[in-house]
Amino acid sequence: MQQYILRRLIQMAFVLFLFSTVVFTVLRLVPGDPVAAQLGLEAGQEAYDQLRQEMGLDKPIYVQYMVWLGEISRGDFGTSWRSHQTAISLIQRRFPATIWLTLSAMTIGLIISVPLGIVSGVRPRSALAHFATFFSLVGIALPSFWLGLMLLLTLSVSLRWLPPSGYISPLVDPVMGLKFLAMPSVTLGIGLAAPLTRFIRSGMLDVMNADYIRTARAKGLIDRLIIFRHALKNAMLSVVTIFGVLLGSLLGGSIITESVFNWPGIGTLLLQAIQQRDYGIVQGVVLFISLIFMTVNLLVDLTYAYIDPRIRYQ
Amino acid sequence: MTNLSKPLLVGDPQSQRRGSRGVEFIKSALRNRLAALGVLIVGLLIVAAILAPWLAPYAPEVQFSSDARQPPSLQYLFGTDIIGRDNFSRILYGTRVSLLVGVASMVLAATLGITIGLVAGYYGGRLDAVLMRTMDALLAFPAVLLAIFIISVLGPSLLNAILAVGIVYMPSFARLVRANAISIREKEYLESARAVGLSDIHIMGRVILLNSLSPIVVQFSLGVGYAILVEAGLSFLGLGVQPPTPAWGSMLGYGRNYMSIAPWLTAFPGLAIFVTVLGFNFVGDGLREALDPHMRRI
Repeated sequence: MQQYILRRLIQMAFVLFLFSTVVFTVLRLVPGDPVAAQLGLEAGQEAYDQLRQEMGLDKPIYVQYMVWLGEISRGDFGTSWRSHQTAISLIQRRFPATIWLTLSAMTIGLIISVPLGIVSGVRPRSALAHFATFFSLVGIALPSFWLGLMLLLTLSVSLRWLPPSGYISPLVDPVMGLKFLAMPSVTLGIGLAAPLTRFIRSGMLDVMNADYIRTARAKGLIDRLIIFRHALKNAMLSVVTIFGVLLGSLLGGSIITESVFNWPGIGTLLLQAIQQRDYGIVQGVVLFISLIFMTVNLLVDLTYAYIDPRIRYQ
Repeated sequence: MTNLSKPLLVGDPQSQRRGSRGVEFIKSALRNRLAALGVLIVGLLIVAAILAPWLAPYAPEVQFSSDARQPPSLQYLFGTDIIGRDNFSRILYGTRVSLLVGVASMVLAATLGITIGLVAGYYGGRLDAVLMRTMDALLAFPAVLLAIFIISVLGPSLLNAILAVGIVYMPSFARLVRANAISIREKEYLESARAVGLSDIHIMGRVILLNSLSPIVVQFSLGVGYAILVEAGLSFLGLGVQPPTPAWGSMLGYGRNYMSIAPWLTAFPGLAIFVTVLGFNFVGDGLREALDPHMRRI
């Protein structure tokens, strides 16, 4: 097990190295002079040269690359080309909002999908099962930004129940914090619940037809016990994978939903950096997001071993 | 299909089984009806895209300044925007962008992905390892973010949106074809193909590709819906199709600024995206049902 984790960590480091190389190369190929962009048109040659030196852009490209690798390995993900703040400090400031949004969206997604998926897997002919099918078909095709805007339009613009946008930590002000959280997390939560419902349902359908469930029935176990103790655990195995992918991408900031509600998270940080052509921040955030995504995927694979004792990582 | 003429007996030990088969039958009929609906939607969209100049009541860029910000009416079916352009005509023209991006990006993704998958799966070894690790690296990043990163480098435009979505979706095709290539590689008929003296390219192109065609078709049609959704998202953020070209995503992004005074500007383009994606998903699910019985319940 330890060996497996170690191997995965080495793999992760390799992919990150690959990524950082690609990001470094690509961002050097982008048209436009970052020094000129920062100084504006009026700056003289002297100021230009000085800033160029400060940013390390006067050195040969391979030296720049070495410096960049050294910085990353020390956990320095770059500095803004505009505000001179480090990418890490900006990420630290923005990450809590993204975590709050992720957690509440996940909660809403699971509250909807788990019961819906279980019932429609166990009783495939019930009205609820048909509703679940309908819900997941619609939910998968629904553009999240449109759902968000429609929520804004009804709950905020027309009814004035909720503030249209903004963020305050629920730890600071629980009432306002939750009011701000409500619409973005419902938007994301429904987007999550649709595919999850589908996966849980198909997992349950498969398991409920398995021989050992028939045996459990034959033993005379009551349905509830069969479902929760025997079926659910096995059905969840395939669900964990998709859940991990969704969780990973949410923690990386859902750019679109965050942008609809002006949510000050990682997603809007990246979007603003792209719009301002601040590649110092872009490269830092991109690396941070891939790190998060890979970490979550590793944790998911380790959860397998916990859920399913048959899986042993070598 | 199941023998439906035989009545189900209550208490028959087999009835449980038959019951679930009956459910399968009903479900597949329901799915087929959805598939038919999907075909209808996609067909109408194609017609709308081709015939847009004849179907649209007005040219998409003409500004009726005296009729700006009109709510939906008989004269302007979906209302007009802030500078008096007809919303319905613009949505009709927007079909062209969505279908173009959806299909073109999938053609790109499929061409690249299938080639990589074939080569990796057929030759195996180190080449396989290098190619597939690269695909894994692409997958090690949330799809929309990857697309946005590519756009941020290339700059926002219709062509770059197609490129970005195509690159993001490429690994799905590569994995699928590689898995098929590996499973076919050791089959006897491939050996006989080699014995007859067919070239590698011939074997890959004819034998392996033909045998992987049905999952590719399914992946393609589900991918079109996905691509349309991603392109709309990019355009919504201002990173895709640029104004004044009418695209649903950018129309939504524009309309959101006027939501309190002209909600129809956000409602209709979103509805168009939703119905379109639904249509392609129905077709994809239907195809999967028909072509690939293994994946029936997913």
